[in-house]
Amino acid sequence: MKIRIKFSKQGAMKYIGHLDVMRFFQKAMRRADVDIRYSGGFSPHQIMSFAAPLGLGLTGSGEYLDIEVLSCGTSAEMVRRLNAVMVEGMEVKSFRLLPDDAKNAMSLVAACDYTVRMRDDYLSGLSLTGRRFFEGLTDFIENGDLNVTKKTKKGEKQMDLRPLIFEHRLVEDGEAIFLKLSSGSTDNMKPEQLLAAFCESRNEEYPPFAFRINREEIYARADDGQDGPRFIPLEDFGENIE
Amino acid sequence: MRKLALNEEILLSVQQPARYIGGEVNMIKKDPKKVDVRFAMCFPDVYEIGMSHLGIQILYEMFNRRDDVYCERVYSPWVDLDRIMREKNIPLFAIESQDPVRDFDFLGITLQYEMCYTNVLQILDLSGIPLHTAERTWDDPIVIGGGPCAYNPEPLADFFDLFYIGEGETVYFDLIDTYKESRKSGESREAFLKRAAQIPGIYVPSLYEASYNEDGTLRDFIPLCPEAPAKVKKQLVMDMDGAVYPEKPLVPFIRATQDRVVLEVMRGCIRGCRFCQAGMIYRPVREKSVERLKELAYSMLKSTGHEEISLSSLSSSDYRGLEGIVNFLIEEFHGKGVNVSLPSLRIDSFSLDVMSKVQDVKKSSLTFAPEAGSQRLRDVINKGLTEEEILTGAGEAFKGGWNRVKLYFMLGLPTETVQDIEGIALLSEKIAERYYEIPKEQRTGRVQVSASSSFFVPKPFTPFQWARMCTKNEFLDKARTVNHKMKEMKNAKSLRYSWHEADVSLLEGVLARGDRRVGAAVESAYRKGALYDSWTEQFNNDIWMEAFEECGIDMDFYTSRERGADELFPWDFIDTGVTKEFLRREWENAAAERVTLNCRERCAGCGVRRFGGGVCFEDQN
Repeated sequence: MKIRIKFSKQGAMKYIGHLDVMRFFQKAMRRADVDIRYSGGFSPHQIMSFAAPLGLGLTGSGEYLDIEVLSCGTSAEMVRRLNAVMVEGMEVKSFRLLPDDAKNAMSLVAACDYTVRMRDDYLSGLSLTGRRFFEGLTDFIENGDLNVTKKTKKGEKQMDLRPLIFEHRLVEDGEAIFLKLSSGSTDNMKPEQLLAAFCESRNEEYPPFAFRINREEIYARADDGQDGPRFIPLEDFGENIE
Repeated sequence: MRKLALNEEILLSVQQPARYIGGEVNMIKKDPKKVDVRFAMCFPDVYEIGMSHLGIQILYEMFNRRDDVYCERVYSPWVDLDRIMREKNIPLFAIESQDPVRDFDFLGITLQYEMCYTNVLQILDLSGIPLHTAERTWDDPIVIGGGPCAYNPEPLADFFDLFYIGEGETVYFDLIDTYKESRKSGESREAFLKRAAQIPGIYVPSLYEASYNEDGTLRDFIPLCPEAPAKVKKQLVMDMDGAVYPEKPLVPFIRATQDRVVLEVMRGCIRGCRFCQAGMIYRPVREKSVERLKELAYSMLKSTGHEEISLSSLSSSDYRGLEGIVNFLIEEFHGKGVNVSLPSLRIDSFSLDVMSKVQDVKKSSLTFAPEAGSQRLRDVINKGLTEEEILTGAGEAFKGGWNRVKLYFMLGLPTETVQDIEGIALLSEKIAERYYEIPKEQRTGRVQVSASSSFFVPKPFTPFQWARMCTKNEFLDKARTVNHKMKEMKNAKSLRYSWHEADVSLLEGVLARGDRRVGAAVESAYRKGALYDSWTEQFNNDIWMEAFEECGIDMDFYTSRERGADELFPWDFIDTGVTKEFLRREWENAAAERVTLNCRERCAGCGVRRFGGGVCFEDQN
């Protein structure tokens, strides 16, 4: 049985890197006595894969991992059992059964939602702060030059960010911005790239510690509708086990 | 959300921020305001090393079972954070509450190896605690040291208020109660220290005075007040099944050195290797029952979710319930995604059979620790492992599919000759030859024999405490002799040889058998920037040489001098139960190349029978 688990990673958990989050969940499965499927071979490992690694320093409210189990209880029971073995900052939000032919989360990832806030306890050195910064950023997204140079393993690459930004809007009274950005193995974009490009356009240095970024949700792409691309939260591919 | 002592920009600038944030699985949370005593338990090395230490996990569990005590953890900040904390004046904090260590009642520091001594001073310094016991007031925590290096605490005597000699499970609660009474009565710190000195096993260095002969040796070591006993007695757990054990050990987020459930099967060792301090100070051997181990295995795997379980002791092959517990672990957990790992097992048909079940033969190697290259020298050090046993074990392993062998040796052992040293190459060669004796179709590729040697450091409370240690040049000459001989061997291409640095070993030699005067050099080295001396890339020998020079300390006095039979040692005031007469007898047996049988074969009369249990009474139950 294929299972998709949605979880959040908040607070001090943002200092735990992706590989350690994977190890954490492997151990959590055993603590919660989840009847997870193991691979064969001399050193069997759990069948488990994550949708998309979250960078160190970011928090997430809608993170995903897929597992395979041989048996399990209801979704409510499994969420409760897993949460009983979590730590502060890690919370399992849903445990859903996927169809047998479901693609894994990682291969589906097409977009992510982010909320970007500015820290009020940090001197960023930027000339714009708070609301004015995000208004400026909105204007930059709409009218600025979004061609950026991206460093890759092979050298430098030109990249136009504009088609990778599906949605943007000011939230929290203009004190934060919501972004829906392209994600996945091709056309992957991170919110930090946009922030850095905006700072650069103002001839200011990007202050890497000035922002708090929360990834809200991860999506797969559905067939395009009349108004452009449509996205489905990864959770929606599964159904609750009653 | 829990508060953190370090801000985001610091945490995101240092390597492995998870070292400093706590919040791990099974971390104990208490309200510090609701306890009477706050205990900061420190392992003075980086988090990943410290988190792997069983002793701290045992004491963490033990202290936190008391409602009036909150025990938290402290580790050495890595050099990147160390720099930032000094720059920004950030006080060292405990992991759980993230509160400054200086606000605690106790700071306990475990001393597992000599090369952590400068880190001890780092911990005190970053905490804002005066380095010297003499300068501390009630505004500072009581600083207490424990662990194997506390068996010669003298080089650190100036820096500690108390030392705990022996196993922590026994009198710590008495100490806590004494502290509470003392604070309640409003008496002075000095008065508390005098009270503490009366608890068996607690050593208060400031209550003793050392004086020296003209030749630099210790003349006498005397208590300065009636409260301080002339002899401090080692504390020992006698009921291993009843002793506290961490059934819910902490599970770090980042991979610690020991990322597994550790089942301690017994304490002590019956073997009596003459170089081995652990084999002497943890006498007598005390076993846990197989039943208790089974319970612990279940509860610890369940509470941690670890994918590996390992047995721990000085020599697990001598645990009488070995087959029982190993077979149980394999049947119960192997195949359920839990690996069983078995370090420190003698290579024989049982262990090979077990190993072939639990590990991938192709990927693993066999390990032997002959320690010396010739049978003569193995008799001198009382290492009861014969060439025949090694070759038989290796031969059987080769038939089972293994083709990699690791061999551990020491160079610079007492009475060592060129023949003994060359024996390292000869033994390696014989093992390689044994491989080629098995039919070609049964072999799996080429054999690889990797021998490595460390330099012998004489330790207190061993029969070799009188021994002279080699000089740097002698050590390096010996290593070159082995290396040269290795190259002459017929199967040289299958043999590898590596040796340790000599500088660190010599420093360890000074600190291990040092006296109170050595403390000044530790402090001077620390002031000059020495830190993480056990980390090769951090170790700076020049600093230490300068420090010794400056403090007028002659390293050779502590290392390459053979001590006289009547010499008073700085650590002689500690009573480990093993008598000095026994150690001396063993030193003479070594010189005569006489083997002493292990505790189960024949009692050697070392003195620990007086503890009234363990291996000394096994046949009398």
